[in-house]
Amino acid sequence: MKFSIQINEGPYQHQASDTAYQFAKAALAAGHEVFRVFFYHDGVYNATKLAVPPQDDRDIPKLWSALSKENNLDLVVCIAAAQRRGMMDADEAKRQGFSDDNLIEGFRISGLGQLIEAGIESDRLVVFGA
Amino acid sequence: MAVKKFMYVNRKAPYGTVYALESLEVVLIGAAFDQDVSLAFIGDGVYELTKGQNTDAIGQKNFSPVYSALGDYDVNKIYVEKESLEERGLTLDDLQHLVWEDEDEDWAEKDSIRLVSRADLADVMAEQDICLSF
Repeated sequence: MKFSIQINEGPYQHQASDTAYQFAKAALAAGHEVFRVFFYHDGVYNATKLAVPPQDDRDIPKLWSALSKENNLDLVVCIAAAQRRGMMDADEAKRQGFSDDNLIEGFRISGLGQLIEAGIESDRLVVFGA
Repeated sequence: MAVKKFMYVNRKAPYGTVYALESLEVVLIGAAFDQDVSLAFIGDGVYELTKGQNTDAIGQKNFSPVYSALGDYDVNKIYVEKESLEERGLTLDDLQHLVWEDEDEDWAEKDSIRLVSRADLADVMAEQDICLSF
């Protein structure tokens, strides 16, 4: 089956991203396809490269980044949600005159159309959080 | 591209959290994809459609006028759950009068809001391909 996933909550505050991660991992292990993971609302914070969680805790952005690398997962951060929350890729940081971006490897920033397209293209769109 | 039935389920008060505003942003973008779109307002979500909203005192943008533009985006199936209104002491008169113009009937103005019972709304939800809840 072809899945897409929407994550609506930030890391740690809410379990949504953890559960979605476990879901994505299990789906891939079972031979399913994950077409796209879309991060919306505070979910955009899962893409930060500046998180430094305690060493005995999971590093949620890094887990997603690694899962993306291993499985060529398409991790998309909503641009409208990202802009108002200060998440940006290198191009946007440059355009806005910031010295650096804060997006961890494996994520990309794009529009809400990517969420709608994921709904159209996938057999199931599974929403985590909110 | 295949046409799917998308339902946006709005469950939160308009202010206090950002869900209502960011739900509306998805609806407006999604309207460009020519899908079969409907909106549901349940629980505190019914407050999103109340008329006469004034946000001056909380320093936030009053985005409620945007709902009246939904008809122009061909978003004209707006389900409001009857029980949710009643539980909050509200009636349809407390909500904005949302309309759309029917191209097939010489642009006749029609009501967008459909007042439905909880049980009937469950049936409508069961018919959807995608339910996005906010």
